[in-house]
Parts: sequence; C-alpha cells; structure tokens
Amino acid sequence: MDILVSGLLLAGTYALVAMGLNLQYGVARIMNLANGELLVLGALASFWLFVSAEMSPLLTIFLVAPVAFAGNWLIYRFLLLPLVKRAKSQGHLEVDAILATFGMSFIMVGLMLSIHGEYFTYEFLTQPITILGSIVALNRFIAFLIAVAIGAGLYLWLNHTRPGAAMRAVAVSPEAAGLVGIDVARMSAFAFATGGAVTAVGGALISTFITLDASIGVLFTMKALIIVIMGGVGDIRGAILAAIILGIVETAVATLIDPGLTLTAAYLIFLLILLFRPQGLFGRRAT
Amino acid sequence: MKRRSTLKLAVGAALAAGLAFGTAALGGETIKIGAVAPKSGPLAGGSTVTHWPTIQLWVSEVNGRGGLNIDGTQKMIELIEYDDKTNPGEHIKAVQRLITQDKVDMLLPPYGTGFHIAAAPIYAKNGFPLVSVTAISDQVDSLTTKFPTMFFTLGTTSAFVGGVIEILNDMKAAGTIGNRVAMVNVADAFGIEMADAARPMLENAGYEVVYDKSYPLGTPDLSPVMKGAKASNPDAFLAWSYPPDTFGLTKAAITENLDVKVFYTAVATSFPAYGGAFGQAANGVIGAGGTNPDDPKIAAYRKAHMDVTGQPADYWASANTYVALQILEQAMEGVGTIDRPAITQYIKDNTFDTIMGEISFDKQNSAKFWSVGQWQDGVFRGVKGSNVDGAVDVQVKSGWK
Repeated sequence: MDILVSGLLLAGTYALVAMGLNLQYGVARIMNLANGELLVLGALASFWLFVSAEMSPLLTIFLVAPVAFAGNWLIYRFLLLPLVKRAKSQGHLEVDAILATFGMSFIMVGLMLSIHGEYFTYEFLTQPITILGSIVALNRFIAFLIAVAIGAGLYLWLNHTRPGAAMRAVAVSPEAAGLVGIDVARMSAFAFATGGAVTAVGGALISTFITLDASIGVLFTMKALIIVIMGGVGDIRGAILAAIILGIVETAVATLIDPGLTLTAAYLIFLLILLFRPQGLFGRRAT
Repeated sequence: MKRRSTLKLAVGAALAAGLAFGTAALGGETIKIGAVAPKSGPLAGGSTVTHWPTIQLWVSEVNGRGGLNIDGTQKMIELIEYDDKTNPGEHIKAVQRLITQDKVDMLLPPYGTGFHIAAAPIYAKNGFPLVSVTAISDQVDSLTTKFPTMFFTLGTTSAFVGGVIEILNDMKAAGTIGNRVAMVNVADAFGIEMADAARPMLENAGYEVVYDKSYPLGTPDLSPVMKGAKASNPDAFLAWSYPPDTFGLTKAAITENLDVKVFYTAVATSFPAYGGAFGQAANGVIGAGGTNPDDPKIAAYRKAHMDVTGQPADYWASANTYVALQILEQAMEGVGTIDRPAITQYIKDNTFDTIMGEISFDKQNSAKFWSVGQWQDGVFRGVKGSNVDGAVDVQVKSGWK
C-alpha cells in the first residue's frame, strides 16, 4: 500500500513535469529543450515569493500560470513562429526548434543564476498526513491533487470542446487542420503557451518538496522527454499513464529492491517500450 | 544591495553569453589573480554560498587597503573569474587559459574534491601553489607526495566519519542510544567514499548497521529511503549526502517523524539556508563541518561577509576558504615577489595568522579543521574538530517540532 500511495504521488510529480512538454511537442511541434528551465523558473518564483513575501506557493501558481502563459505565447510568436514558417519539413523544424530552445535554456539558466544562485530551499507543508494507512507529505499530496486536476482538465478540454478538437486536429496534421479552416498558427501558439503555463505551475508546486537550483532544469527536461516519448507524442493520456508507470515502478524498486536501482529500472522500462512499442503507449504509428 | 544585484546581473549576463567576467582594478599596477569554480551546473548552488562570496570579500578587503605589497609597491588585485560549469574538462581548459592567455600571477583554489584532484597536475606542472579548501580525502599523503605544490586544509574522510563516531560513542556510553545505526549515502564519489570509510569504522566500534542503502544523485522522492530507514528502527541516522538530498532527507524525516537521537546529514547542513528553511525542526541536527561563531575573528569575518556580499557565510568552509586566501596573501607578501616556487616553499615553512588562528602545514597538510557541527537554536556550531577551540557540547535530537 505504501508503494502504491507513494508511487502515485511520485507519478503526480512526473505528470506535472511532462504534461506541458507533451502539449508543446505534440501540438505546437516544438521540442522545447528549455522545458526544465521553465519549470525551475516557476520554482524560483515560488521560492522567492515565499521567502521574501511569505506568499503561499498555492497562491503563487495563480500568478505564475498567466505570466508563464503570456511569456510562452510571446516566445512562440516572436522566436519560434519564424522557425515554423521557414521550416520545409517536420524534421527541419525539429532541428531548428531544438537548437533555438537549447540556446534559450542557457539564457534562462544565466538569468536565474543572477537572481539566486543558491539552492531554492524552503519548508512548506512538510507535515505528514495519512492516506489509506500510509504516511505522506502534505505538500506532495497537494501537488498530486493539482496534477490530477490539470490532467483531467486538459483531457476534458481536448476531447469535449471545439477548440480542444481543433487542437487535436493540429496535433494529427497541421496541413489538414489548416485546410478545414483552423488557424494553425494561433492554435499552436495557444498550445505552446498552455504547455508553458502547466510546466511553470508544476515547478512552483514541485519546489515545495524537491530542492532545486538554477542549473537543475536539464534533469527535468530529460525526465519529461522520457515520459512524453513513452506515453506517445501528443496524447495527454499517454503522458499520464507513463508518469504513473514510472512513479510506481521507481517506488517499488526503491522499497523492495534497492533505492540505488531506481534509475536503472526507469531506463529499463523506457528501453522496453522503445523496443516493443516505438510510437509510445498511446502514440499513432507514423504514416 | 543595489550594487550587489547589478554585479550579480552582470555575472549573469556574462554567463548567459558564455563569457568570462573580470573585475579589473582601475589605474596603477595590478596583480592578476585567476579563479575557476562552478557558477553553473550541479555544484553552483554550493559554490555560490561558500566559494565565490568569500573570494569577493577578500578581493574587496585587500583592494580596500590599497592592494598587496609586492616588489615594494602596493598592487591592486585584478581578479579574473571563469565558470567551469561543474565540468572537470572545462575546469582544466579555463586554468590553462588563465596561465597561458591571461598570464595570471596567482591562482585561487577550485571548488569540490574532484576538481582539486583534476586540477592538481596542472597547478603542479606550472608551479602554482594549490591551497585546497573544499577537498576532503583519505589520499592526502599520496596526493601531496605526487603534487608538491598542493596543500590540504579541510581534513580527511576518516576524520569526518571519526567525528560522528565519537559522538555516537559518547551517547552510547551515557546510555542515550543503543547500537542500531541506519546509514544512507548518495551514489556519488563523495557519498560512496564516506560510506565505505564508515562501514568498517562503525563495525569496529561495535555498532550494528541496520539499514545501509545508496540512492542516485537527484532522486526526486526520498520517502521510500526514509520509510526503510525508519522501519529498521535505528537509534541514529547517518546520511552521507549532497545538498539537494540533504534537504530532501530532512523533509522526509520530518514527514515520517523519524524518531532518532542522532540525525546526521553531510554537505549543506552547515548552509544558513538549512536553518532558514527548517527553523526549529533543524534544532539538534548534526552535519559535516562547523565553526565557532563566537570567536571574535570569525564573528568579524561573518559580519564583513554579510556587509560586503549581502549574504551570510556558511557555518563551515566559508571561513576555511577565507583562511586559504589569507595564507596565499601572507605568503605573497612574505616573499615579496611573484616567485611561485619561493611562495610554495614559504607556505611549507611558515605559520600563518588567520581568522581560524595559527595555521601551519605538516607535509602540506593542516590538521586544524572542524569535522562535525550541530544546529543549536538557529546557529550551526562546531561540536567536533581537530585542534580547534570552542567546540560546544552535543545535544540529543528530540523530535522535529
């Protein structure tokens, strides 16, 4: 039971890390290597407001979300859209986007180092609560609930609203979506901005229980990439399922075998999925 | 405050552009001093607490009194800083550049044990003294034999483990604890070396290691580790940990309400941010390092650190870093010229008056250092050390409230 509860909470963390990238890569077709840095930026905002103004991270996320949305929208409009327009093919765009966002990640690391080079450490709701007989930290549980809310919200929106349907259409085929009157550029910008907002909110929440620093973003980018690729690009259910698998397996391995083997287990699963289902759990086969 | 933020912004901008950042003194003759340490990458969070601010303080103090007296004239320090991105390869390249391109007169020590060992050959080859601070190793003898310009000041792996075991022994003798010890370590050079040293030492001292696990650096959820440790029902909990997991393990211990009389985490326990984050819960936590904040010289240093850099010094290696700079300063002025072999010899032969008292080297190793400290009412105080004054009594950890 401990394993299931802790594993699900860890899955919530991983879902927060990966859902944003899933939208950005799945719909806007931007392989955003600055994803982890954006997450750390959200964490920095949360840390900084908590330490200087004693503002609860649970309030900070309502500030972080619109700011990150606007910031990412601007980044897409002015930095990435020119790349999208001149790209001759999907592959071409991916290479350009990877290079551009990789550079962006350095700028963001530099900015964050100049603001606060030390560890973002503070204590917020570390107290224990008991869930199904298992002790967990309240801050992790809250992050999990919000991850569930964001995941469910995105799923419902994508599958049960018109803009959501348009978004999925863009994810499947930008050309065809354009032919049926969907403003692909606008939809992509919207997806990129939403993804950014989700990632930054995730960072703000994660900072309550993981100690981050300005340079740690790349670890989260890696994790997000693994989850997105495992789950299948452009499908929010895939990212969530992949996060759950990783969370539970890592916790089970840490508890039953050895904490030293968690990374091995995670990469083993990743390898197996790449071998037997290269398109990801929910991905479509490339046509 | 404003000055500090503009300076920091400049550092950030320089970093963003991937350029080096130098603080040039204006006019007059200068002495060029180079420093390479992480400003980004995994160790940056530590070096921006312990390493860089103390260098900034030292340069501003020396230049504030008119510079170093070399060749009969006062020379202002021109500091050239490079970011090694926490990458040994980058580190070596930057040191090479400082020596060949910038033609520095002196080099300051790197940050982190691995970087000292990586850099020692190039310092030795070019005759630069390397007064190590943040390097803890049991290989001091063989390293100093191999590298005649290398000096150690922060102690050895076994001294750090030994300090902890002394505390356990005292408590066991007093009947406070039994002999059940839970031990975890980060699966990284430092954590592995510490755990390997601790295992036989604990066993010889009659302790039963009831939980002994490692976890990878950057583990996002340490609660399975803490649950396992708690289930082993230990009297003492020891973690040979690095900064992110030092904080993570403490959070997990609070959540799980790990009821032990001794709770030890290693690196970063001495950071002011640790006490800042955990407040009263930190009370009684023991960790690597320590200092005597009541000593007037240390107190004056800590105050100057706050005034000049706008951030508090840590309760451990910050002071040692300043000591290393004082040793270099006194050796350069003592020799009177930039004659590096003579300066190295001077460091070997002389006693230095520092904020930690008199320091001298025996076979290039100084045996004056703190090994264990404890958070007591918001201050991290040294409780065990070698040849240091002002150690306070260890308190028994009682709960996390």
